[in-house]
Amino acid sequence: MDTVLTAKDLRKTYHRGSEDVHAVDGVSFDAGAGELTAIIGPSGSGKTTLLNLLGCLDNPSSGSLSVGGEEIFGGKAELSEGTLTGIRRRNFGYIFQKFYLIPTLTVLENIMLPGVFYRGAGAGRTPQELLKQLGLENRAAHLPAELSGGEMQRVAIARALINAPKILLADEPTGNLDSKRAGEIEEILHTLADGGITVIMVTHNLELARTADRVIEIRDGRIHAQ
Amino acid sequence: MNIYSVAYKNLLRKKVRTALTASGIALSAWVLATLFGFNRGYESGLNRDVDNMGFQVLLTAKGCPYEAATLMLKGGTGLRYMEEDVVKTVSSNKEVEAVTRMLMQGVFDPNKGDSGAIAAYLGVDTHTFPAMKPYLEFKQGGWFKTNDGYEAVMGYEAAELEAREVGDPLLIPDLGTELKVVGVLKRTGTQDDGTIFLPLDTVQKIFKKEGKLTGLGIKVDKNADMGAFENRLYDLPDVQVVSMAQVKTTIMSLVSSARVIVFAIAFIAVLIAMAGVVNTILMSVIERYGEIGILKSMGAMPLDIFRMIWMETAILCSLGGFGGILLSLATARAAEAAVRHFLPYTPNGDMIAVNFSIAAGAFGVIFVGGLLSGVYPAWRAARVRPLEAIRNEGE
Repeated sequence: MDTVLTAKDLRKTYHRGSEDVHAVDGVSFDAGAGELTAIIGPSGSGKTTLLNLLGCLDNPSSGSLSVGGEEIFGGKAELSEGTLTGIRRRNFGYIFQKFYLIPTLTVLENIMLPGVFYRGAGAGRTPQELLKQLGLENRAAHLPAELSGGEMQRVAIARALINAPKILLADEPTGNLDSKRAGEIEEILHTLADGGITVIMVTHNLELARTADRVIEIRDGRIHAQ
Repeated sequence: MNIYSVAYKNLLRKKVRTALTASGIALSAWVLATLFGFNRGYESGLNRDVDNMGFQVLLTAKGCPYEAATLMLKGGTGLRYMEEDVVKTVSSNKEVEAVTRMLMQGVFDPNKGDSGAIAAYLGVDTHTFPAMKPYLEFKQGGWFKTNDGYEAVMGYEAAELEAREVGDPLLIPDLGTELKVVGVLKRTGTQDDGTIFLPLDTVQKIFKKEGKLTGLGIKVDKNADMGAFENRLYDLPDVQVVSMAQVKTTIMSLVSSARVIVFAIAFIAVLIAMAGVVNTILMSVIERYGEIGILKSMGAMPLDIFRMIWMETAILCSLGGFGGILLSLATARAAEAAVRHFLPYTPNGDMIAVNFSIAAGAFGVIFVGGLLSGVYPAWRAARVRPLEAIRNEGE
């Protein structure tokens, strides 16, 4: 399995008054192509901060990260927002517990939204293909308010996939869903991983975590077990 | 789908708020266009009124210069008289191309309007007056042939008001003198519309003002030195000289003072609209922090977000500005009627002239003002870090 993402000794320290808070404290791990990794841990353990660092949503305090062989962080000065955006465009797709769909855009328009900002988007599958893959072909013209929670999350997944990312990052993807809908999302994530996309998800849902290829448990900003 | 349609649909999320803000912008654009239109219409109307006098200098008996202005522009009464000898003195100046004698008289007519009104009779010299007013055209008939006939030429509105046509008799109240209407003028948009013209000698006779004049219109050679000529006229005893340039300057200086207030009001209107835009767009940005963060995580650059939010501002200002311009066109006549009701003197013709350049100017001011007020909310949105969206999610 080719390594797609490599994190080495990643650290993120926040300064609160005179106190230093080590939200991520020396995390190292690799993720291979098509691998589904679940990050679990109690609230405040640093798992979401870690996901943000892996997804280039934030600069680490120290450590290195390379994605697809391209070194991103590693002793360099803090990267600008524009540079980080460029990296995200090329490599990542994101889904969140709240779906953040634009309520006035249809399902199809929401999926096509990244293309408005990034001309290179859509290099992979067409929006129609994604709709079909995610079982939304009859919902293309519907507004988000007309969808169930599970359908909304599937739209968010389709939107994340439109840029043909190498890595899909998911923060509590089933947090707002009942067990049946959560099962549907779990199945989709596995299908995507089987298709070669690296999936890294943060979850409290241990049932979902158990189905992952690898489970990393974070405590106090460190890898406690994997 | 493009950034414009996304921005437009974003505005549809809070339809009432968008509509209220657009209405505020529309009202500002309406105020702006109407005030610009009034400024231009009033000035051009005044110029037209004064230019249509047909002469550049008016000589009257000594008195208040504003009375003189009133005489010319309103056909007022209660004036002092000059001796007719002044005609020879004035005509001897080389700058004078022509002169025309006038005697204005007013009679209270109890049958005019709801509670009576002054009927203005202007005695004019049939040999010189028509030549100075070549723009006067007749709806019916023509000028009287002699200066001593009992005939009348009625301005368009005077004839309408009195319901007179050519051949009808016309009675001067109190005096019991009957005249015959020989001509009715077409509408001119000037004070002439409300005037009844009579032969000069007839007016002097029936009002017992033989050898008296209220005004002497002087047409001056175009190449003449007006300043030097006017200075010589000032030396004449018991007369005052009112040049059209002077009248224009006097009224326009008053108009200029009013213009400062008008533009201050317009400026305040634009500021209010801008405050509304800042409030609406900023609220919208704050409500969408999470979404904006997600858009940035999906690959939207700060400039993309800035453009999207700025586009929302532009659409809002365009809709409001366009609506306001339409409103100003639709209500120009009503606004004009209101202004005429409140102002003591208003020129004839269209007084609120909202033309293309006025509309474009008002729209431009509103649009640019709106865009400027959209800069801060757009900048705030562009600075949202994707991380904030995720933190919001955890809250």
